[in-house]
Amino acid sequence: MSAPLSHEEPLLIAESVSRFYGPRVGCRDVSFSLWPGEVLGIVGESGSGKSTLLRCLAGLDRPSEGRVLFRHETQKVDIYNLAEPLRRELMRGAWGIVHQNPRDGLRMDVSAGGNVGERLMDRGARHYGAIREKALHWLNRVEIDGARIDDHPRQFSGGMQQRLQIARVLVSEPRLVFMDEPTGGLDVSVQARLLDLLRVLVRDLGIAAIIVTHDLAVARLLTDRLMVMKGGAVVEHGLTDQVLDDPHHAYTQLLTSAVLAA
Amino acid sequence: MNETMIRARHLSKIFTMHNQGGIALPVLDDVDLQVGCSEAVVLHGPSGAGKSTLLRILYGNYRPSAGAVEIRHEGQLIDIVAAHPRLVIAIRKKTLSYVSQFLRVIPRVTTLDIVKDPMLSRGVSDDEADRRAKAMLARLNLPERLWSLPPQTFSGGEQQRVNIARSFVDPTPIMLLDEPTASLDAGNRAIVVELIADARTRGSAIVGIFHDEGVRDAVATRVFPVQVYREAA
Ligand SMILES: Nc1ncnc2c1ncn2[C@@H]1O[C@H](COP(=O)(O)OP(=O)(O)OP(=O)(O)O)[C@@H](O)[C@H]1O
Ligand SMILES: [Mg+2]
Repeated sequence: MSAPLSHEEPLLIAESVSRFYGPRVGCRDVSFSLWPGEVLGIVGESGSGKSTLLRCLAGLDRPSEGRVLFRHETQKVDIYNLAEPLRRELMRGAWGIVHQNPRDGLRMDVSAGGNVGERLMDRGARHYGAIREKALHWLNRVEIDGARIDDHPRQFSGGMQQRLQIARVLVSEPRLVFMDEPTGGLDVSVQARLLDLLRVLVRDLGIAAIIVTHDLAVARLLTDRLMVMKGGAVVEHGLTDQVLDDPHHAYTQLLTSAVLAA
Repeated sequence: MNETMIRARHLSKIFTMHNQGGIALPVLDDVDLQVGCSEAVVLHGPSGAGKSTLLRILYGNYRPSAGAVEIRHEGQLIDIVAAHPRLVIAIRKKTLSYVSQFLRVIPRVTTLDIVKDPMLSRGVSDDEADRRAKAMLARLNLPERLWSLPPQTFSGGEQQRVNIARSFVDPTPIMLLDEPTASLDAGNRAIVVELIADARTRGSAIVGIFHDEGVRDAVATRVFPVQVYREAA
């Protein structure tokens, strides 16, 4: 068991993170700290570097410059400079990634229950009955009928697949969750249900999250703080309602005036 | 003298519209406002004078161009303008709430859950939150058959009552109210006036905007004029 984290210390620190693709800029010089229980949104038009930054933060893509520090027990560890076993342990347990396309986050050839249970087995659970019971509990929480535990994700609708992916990520009780357009590609009423689910889970579990979205209404409902990106750089950063209601940067003003009522 | 709950000093606000040729729109100039506990200050002035702007600055929603807004949070005065976002969030959770005319919530969440939510996030037990939420919805005459429905399809006045229920079911030490009674009938307006009085009795400091003269007179312990900005000569 890890000791409870002090809320005085950040959970994740980005220090001047840049990612270049040859001459092109993915993201440039991004710095911020994220505390336990906080939800940070990243918004911006397509191509502004949101997903590149998220991948750098989530340990999927090494930054060209800068560092990403994660608080592990009492230390801050550089996530791109870790001994492989610890890196794997953190990737499996301490942080979780919800992909935009559920197919990228699910094992499509494994049953719904297996998708959830697998993560528990990764973390050392061995008792079949207990694993199945916990998987059932999580299907329940994401509002998937327990009777479908042995179905394959292929047999699920897009919204159900996305909820299954979320269950698969949250079952290992991560401290930090990365989400890339978690409600993208879903119709509005399914989105709403998923949003409420995410909000309640974040509130009840106290996890921190970083959410990439191009939808300002989603950002308003789910996030505490917001970063606005343009051309790979962060142009405005603050409390979500401040940034959306009283934007100071020309680009943010353009973004917020382009929607009806976020 | 009542304990100071809000102390705003030298507030000014100029909006700069970058996509309209950088037009600068000055709204507030050197405003000072101090509010003690159990006081109800009503902002008064013509449309467009900047009443809502001032209220939003007190909430930390708009950033003033100059000045400070000290808020008493857990015994200390903290400048919400300079505070770290995390601290602003903590202040809003415990100390400071803002009630607008509009209900802004996630679609599909039921009315009862909306009213319970702020209590749950402050750590009130589910049973107690449930009981208090139902009592408040009943007090505001919201028919019980609506409680299990999301409010998106409700009438303007019904939505407004959901909003008021959510905010007054567990009033914070400072309440900022922007025309919360705008689309209510006389009976429900009177109930809101009572709720505000109850909150004051418990020591809450209130700053509000009420266009209805009757409500204003019933609520205000003091009227604070907000004047239309004039260029200094
Ligand atoms: N986010 C914003 N961006 C740009 N200008 C704004 C913004 N919010 C308010 N304003 C401008 O500030 C001025 C004051 O508006 P405000 O809403 O504060 O007035 P008010 O006194 O509340 O008026 P009313 O009684 O009509 O509600 C108006 O000219 C308004 O257009
Ligand atoms: Mg107004």
